[in-house]
Formats: sequence, C-alpha cells, structure tokens
Amino acid sequence: MRTVRTSLMLGVGLMAGSAAWAQKSTTEAIEEYRAMLADGNPAELFEAKGEELWKQRRGPKAASLERCDLGKGPGVVKGAFVELPRYFADTGKVQDLESRLVTCMERLQGFNAAEIAKTPFGRGEMANVTALATWIAAASKGMAFNLPQAHPMERTFYEAGKRMFFMRGGTHDFSCASCHGEEGKRIRLQELPNLTRSPGDGVGFAAWPAYRVSNGQMWSMQLRLNDCFRQQRFPYPEFGSDALTALSTYLGVNAKGAKSAAPTLKR
Amino acid sequence: MKTPRSGGAAALVAALTVGCAALGGGSSADQLAADMVKASFRSEGIAKVERVTGIDETLQACNAADVVGKPLDPAIAKRLEEANLKTVKWPSDGKFLGDWKQGEAIAQSGRGLTWTDAANTVNGGNCYNCHQISKEEISFGTLGPSLYNYGKLRGVADPGSTAARPVVEYTWGKIWNAKAYNACSNMPRSGHMGNLNEQQIRHLMALLLDPQSPVNK
Repeated sequence: MRTVRTSLMLGVGLMAGSAAWAQKSTTEAIEEYRAMLADGNPAELFEAKGEELWKQRRGPKAASLERCDLGKGPGVVKGAFVELPRYFADTGKVQDLESRLVTCMERLQGFNAAEIAKTPFGRGEMANVTALATWIAAASKGMAFNLPQAHPMERTFYEAGKRMFFMRGGTHDFSCASCHGEEGKRIRLQELPNLTRSPGDGVGFAAWPAYRVSNGQMWSMQLRLNDCFRQQRFPYPEFGSDALTALSTYLGVNAKGAKSAAPTLKR
Repeated sequence: MKTPRSGGAAALVAALTVGCAALGGGSSADQLAADMVKASFRSEGIAKVERVTGIDETLQACNAADVVGKPLDPAIAKRLEEANLKTVKWPSDGKFLGDWKQGEAIAQSGRGLTWTDAANTVNGGNCYNCHQISKEEISFGTLGPSLYNYGKLRGVADPGSTAARPVVEYTWGKIWNAKAYNACSNMPRSGHMGNLNEQQIRHLMALLLDPQSPVNK
C-alpha cells in the first residue's frame, strides 16, 4: 500500500521510487509482479468466484442472478460490459455495472442495496459485487466499447461526467484532467492515458476491473475512481453515486471502439 | 439502489431531460453536475465535502473553460491572477531560502491531506510527481516542466543578491500560489491552500535556488 498511498492518480510506475525505503519495496514488487505473471492473472480466481455467485441461489429470497438484466436482456452477460453505463427503464436511472449488479441483488435475491453500498471494498457482499463484475467484464474481453447514447439521460450523464472530469478541487486543485487530459504525460514513471479520447485497446477505461499486485486486491472501476479521488485529495465519492456513474459514462463513451482487456493485471 | 439523496438527483435528471432532449451542455448540465457533486460526495476523515462544494472563483472559471475546451478570457485570467498574487504571504523574517536537503525530502514526499491521512501527517510537496528536479532521481513526472538546473539556468549565483531578487520572489510566489502567474495552472497552490508551511517552502526554495543544491550542479 505504501507506493499507492504516496503517489497520485494512477500511481507510480513499476520502477518508481528512489528514496531508500522505496528501493526495497520496488524490487519486491517487481519480483512479486513477475511471479504473478508466471502463474497467470489471479483475476481468474475472482472470475470463477463471480460465475459461481451468479448461478448460486443466495440472499433472503434464495434466488440466483440468472435473470439479472445488465442491459441486453435478462441473463445476457456477453457484451453487456462494453455497453455500460447505460439507462435502465426499470430503475429510471443510468447505471454502471456495479450499481446495476446491486440492483439485481436487491430485486432478485432480496439483499439490502443500501447496506451493500455502505460496505467497504473487499468486504462482505461488496467483495461479491467485485467478483461478479470481474466475471461479467471477462465475458466481453476483446469486444469494442460501444456505450449507448440514444436515451436523453445517457447523453445528460455524459455531459455531467465531462464536468466531473474537468472539476478542479480539493487541497491541490487537481481534476481528472490534470493528469489525464494530454498525450504522452507521466506521473513519476507511470504513463498516463489521455482519457478525453480513446487511448486505445485495453488502456484506461478498457483495463478495469484489474488485479493489483501491489496490494493483492481485485479492483473494480468504482474502486479505481474512488482511489483517484482520494489521491486528488477530494472527499469520498459514495458507491453507486450519480457522480461516479456520470464520470464512467464520460470515460466509457470516450473509449468507443477500444477493445476491453478486463480483467487485467496491474502493478 | 438507495438513498433519497441520489433519488433526488435522478428526479432532477428526469425533470431536466423532459423537453430537453438535445442537451449538449450549458447551464442545465452545469446545474446537474453541481447537484451530483453535492449528493455524491461525503466528508471522510480530514477530507471534507467543502473541498468540492466550496471551490473558489478561480477554479470555477478554469473548470468552465476546460469543459468548453477554450482558454480563459484574457481579461478574466488577468483579474484572477492579480487576486491570487495578493494572497501570497512573503517570508515573515525576509529569509527566502532554507536547507536544500530538507527540500529534497519534501519534494519526494506525496503524503498528506487524503482521507486516509491523519490530521497530524506531515504533508509532502508532491513535486517529483510532475517535475524532474535533481538529476539523481530518475522517477519523476512530466506533467510540469523540468526544474533541473533551475537556479543555474536563471543566473542565480547568489540567492541573497539584489540581482537574484526577481527570480527569488517569483519562485516563492509560484510555490505559494501558482495561479498568481497562470490562472489555470495545473500546479497546486501549496502555501495558499495550506499544503505546505512557510518553513517547508523555504526548504524547497533552497532545493531550486541554492548553488550548493544538486539541482544546480
């Protein structure tokens, strides 16, 4: 966690850090990273867990998620990820993958959505949401992002998301654009994708969820954005909040045509 | 899912989209985004919600300009720069330079002010995230210009001399409040926003301007 805590936005690079304490942790991280690569992406474990959770009868209603509509009809998983966030008529909201999964968990299985939203990342049912998101994302691997923008609310969320992206604030006056608004920039040694346009296949929005070697956790898109805001010195963005959905809509629409590589392996 | 607050935002979206199908920007989207910010962020630890709900006129103007993709109107930029320059606090004892070694440590550190930091965390300057500074450190960012040889390139042989005074003052002012010289600069306003104290800024000044600092070797 140390390198994550001390860096900004997308974090320091693989080789980052030269203070004495960083040398050791960087070396260790690289060794760990290589070992992980040799063994395959641990995200596969989360994929397997997600698939099992999808099919398992769970919750107060002892039901599976197999009738969950992720935007392409009940139970359709393949291709859903590259079209999210999108508008859902049954909730009257634009939702991203994670908040939609929580809606399904509430409506089909009887879980308390507000309780799940309050659960820290990596714990309890929130860990299950991340595993489900990992499996669902993996089902669209290699497919091109193509978020719908036909519904007025989808376009509205894109516009609001653009404002989130360019919103300087916090103690350091940083916005998402401070780091991700230009080509060819880097923070410490970490290259930064320009997220105002499609940065290409498997980069930026098209790279999450990802397994992070540095802290041994599976990171969903919401957690990725959450930690960007933390390092921007912003206040805490609520899970499933409209601001996060709007920002994801902006990033997802900008990523049009980029092929999803999720789940990926990250430092 | 959830809270009455986000329900309120959704209702607002619905209200805005009725008869507004061609919304492509403008004040209604601005209002919606502002309402989303209020409903979506909460205070956590030392990171209070006012950090995004209470941003000042400089940030509001720059954010709006970025959204439409146009530079700030030059007259507005000038007015904001003048206002920011007035906030610069000059060294209370007239001493601009501290210890470059301590400055290097501050430039290296990215600690402080996040919601996982304690209130008593010693803040870093985050400088290497964006700038090349000393030549020995290869892990630096490129979001800002290189500061290697900063003082040397500006002809500062003696930071205490009258000749060096304009560069010394500008450098102090830039670190204290970068928006005093470029209204929409990406650089944090380290003194103005309370990220760094006067003594820490003196140390950074020495890192950049002291002829003995590795930056000027």
